Amino acid sequence: MKHLPAYFTFWHIFGHYALKWTAFTVLAFLMLPILIIVPLSFNAEPYFSFTEGMIALDPEAYSTRWYAAIFSDQKWLLSIRNSFLIGTMAATLSTILGTIAAVGLSSPVMPFKRLITALLLSPMIVPLIIVAAGMFFFYSRFNLVGSFTGLVIAHAALGMPFVIITVTATLSGFDRSLYNAGISMGASPLKVFWDVVIPLIRPGVISGGLFAFVTSFDEVVVVLFLAGPEQRTIPRQMFSGLREQINPTILAVATLLILISVSLLVALEILRRRSERLRGTAF
Amino acid sequence: MTDNTLSAADVVLARRELRRRKLSAFLFVAPLLLFLLFAFVAPIATMLVRSFYNPTVANLIPETLEQLAEWDGNALPSDAAQAVFAADLKRLANERSSGKLAEQVNRVFPGSSSVIKSTARRMRRVEDADLQQQGRALLLQANARWGDPEIWKAMAKTGSVYTPNYYLTALDLEASEAGGIQARDGAKIYVTLYTKTLRVAFIITILTFIAGYPLAYYLANAPTKTANMLMVFVLLPFWTSLLVRTTAWIALLQTNGVVNSFLMGIGVTSSPFDMLYTQFSTVLAMTHILLPFMILPLYSVMKGIDPSYMRAAMSMGDRPIPAFLKIYLPMTLPGLSAGALLVFIISVGYYITPALVGGTDGQMISNIIAFHMQQSNNWELAAALGSLLLAIILVLYWVYDRFVGASNIKLG
Repeated sequence: MKHLPAYFTFWHIFGHYALKWTAFTVLAFLMLPILIIVPLSFNAEPYFSFTEGMIALDPEAYSTRWYAAIFSDQKWLLSIRNSFLIGTMAATLSTILGTIAAVGLSSPVMPFKRLITALLLSPMIVPLIIVAAGMFFFYSRFNLVGSFTGLVIAHAALGMPFVIITVTATLSGFDRSLYNAGISMGASPLKVFWDVVIPLIRPGVISGGLFAFVTSFDEVVVVLFLAGPEQRTIPRQMFSGLREQINPTILAVATLLILISVSLLVALEILRRRSERLRGTAF
Repeated sequence: MTDNTLSAADVVLARRELRRRKLSAFLFVAPLLLFLLFAFVAPIATMLVRSFYNPTVANLIPETLEQLAEWDGNALPSDAAQAVFAADLKRLANERSSGKLAEQVNRVFPGSSSVIKSTARRMRRVEDADLQQQGRALLLQANARWGDPEIWKAMAKTGSVYTPNYYLTALDLEASEAGGIQARDGAKIYVTLYTKTLRVAFIITILTFIAGYPLAYYLANAPTKTANMLMVFVLLPFWTSLLVRTTAWIALLQTNGVVNSFLMGIGVTSSPFDMLYTQFSTVLAMTHILLPFMILPLYSVMKGIDPSYMRAAMSMGDRPIPAFLKIYLPMTLPGLSAGALLVFIISVGYYITPALVGGTDGQMISNIIAFHMQQSNNWELAAALGSLLLAIILVLYWVYDRFVGASNIKLG
């Protein structure tokens, strides 16, 4: 990039740098708001902005009191436990059902493929407020409002499209003759699925599961409508914190959530590389 | 030439085999379809039904409504009908559900809530036999408004189980006396809100395009190593919790926040700007949140475009901008339409960010639905507003599926 061709006119060079600077400005716009949270969460004062001491890098102006506050507050501890519990259960449910369905969907003879795919992906498109209102009406008939079961079912439905997308993408690189070979040797479709298909698509399945977990972990609208005080989750707790009493504990929680996102991103990248190697597309 | 056609028996066998394979593929999908039917489709269907079906009043005062069905609607209902209603009210008062009736009738005929509640309390103390004989007089004695045919009309109206009224309200219309449809008096609340929501979604789509297109172009044409590294800065925000990103904007934009402190520190302004809780903050935060949805599909399309097309056009003497408009831009249209439709669809139904940073002037249609669900408890109106929003989304989704393909949604 440093050596621009000699025939470039002034406007070529101007265009080249203008593009570069625009791109970096947009990248800064994407990253800075998130990065700014991290130092703010170490603020010794109960404010959402930098104090003079912080700008002067005075160690006295920084403290970890807001992190201590999270772990001494029963509400936050309960939310953290609930978020992981509901997220794991919902992700397991959607990964199992979604993976099996993705195998059927990627069959070349699947009937009504387009319609069914559109239906299965629709939880991603329908506005959450509509989903939440509808679930509130319908689930209350089965006593599922204010229960863990209700939330797990709801979040499993919302995470489903991500499992379908990831697993069908992995399956598109899957050699179907392996499946047919298993069948022709006399194995049942389920046995071939378990012994041949699953081991080969495992990285895709795990990333689908991670997507589903994040969907549940980050979801708040359905929780607002379906959860009782016993089922409050991290996003729900942040939502009420931001509405009622803003204090830097929320920034400390946000920083921890950013750490979780970073580790998820790393995990997904490892899985993607592994999947490419298994499918033999990496050479 | 040898005969390659199958015999009749082979055709039957092949068809049977195909049918078996189709069934087996379908059986794999069936458990998920059943699950989604219960967990997702049925709830939405319930909401749709709720928007035009409301049996509350019909269940509360069934006998009165039977009597009112014979009433011509001009003068007051017959004495017998009024006596039946007085008895119904007594029963409701004893069951402590007269408030429900009052709430429903009050929506059609404002001011009737207190009339119904106070009368119900009076009827509770009256003997059944008295109610039967002098129901009408007792009602009038409890409240003079029972001499007004309008309150009876309102009751007959709320008594119908199927009603288009919530849709009419959601479109700022009402049924006229003559049975036609007319514009409702006062401000056009909901139509204005729908227009505003669509306008805000459109602005956000344009902004993500303006910011996303150059970045995607730069990333697609940068050396692979640089591109992969910079891509992390697109994917990390994408993976970061929505509430974290909204929190960040609150910290940045509030009156004593980072941006105002900075602007005052460098002397641009002496008093802080009110940026948070406005439509501006909603648009800014949502553009930030939805930008990756524009960049990712654009990047994957641009990655596949051979740069020699542009070089060829320019070597033939075309200038950079016309060459870009004629050659490059049309080739990126699949990615552009995918990104734009996705951003537009998501922003039309957005709830959380407007609720937290929008204030009164940044509220979108989703927020008013939540308001009717949680605060005003007008669930039927919320359902009607939601159904209209759903209709908009489904049309957009259909367009998306037709032009982009629902299964082509990219996840980074």
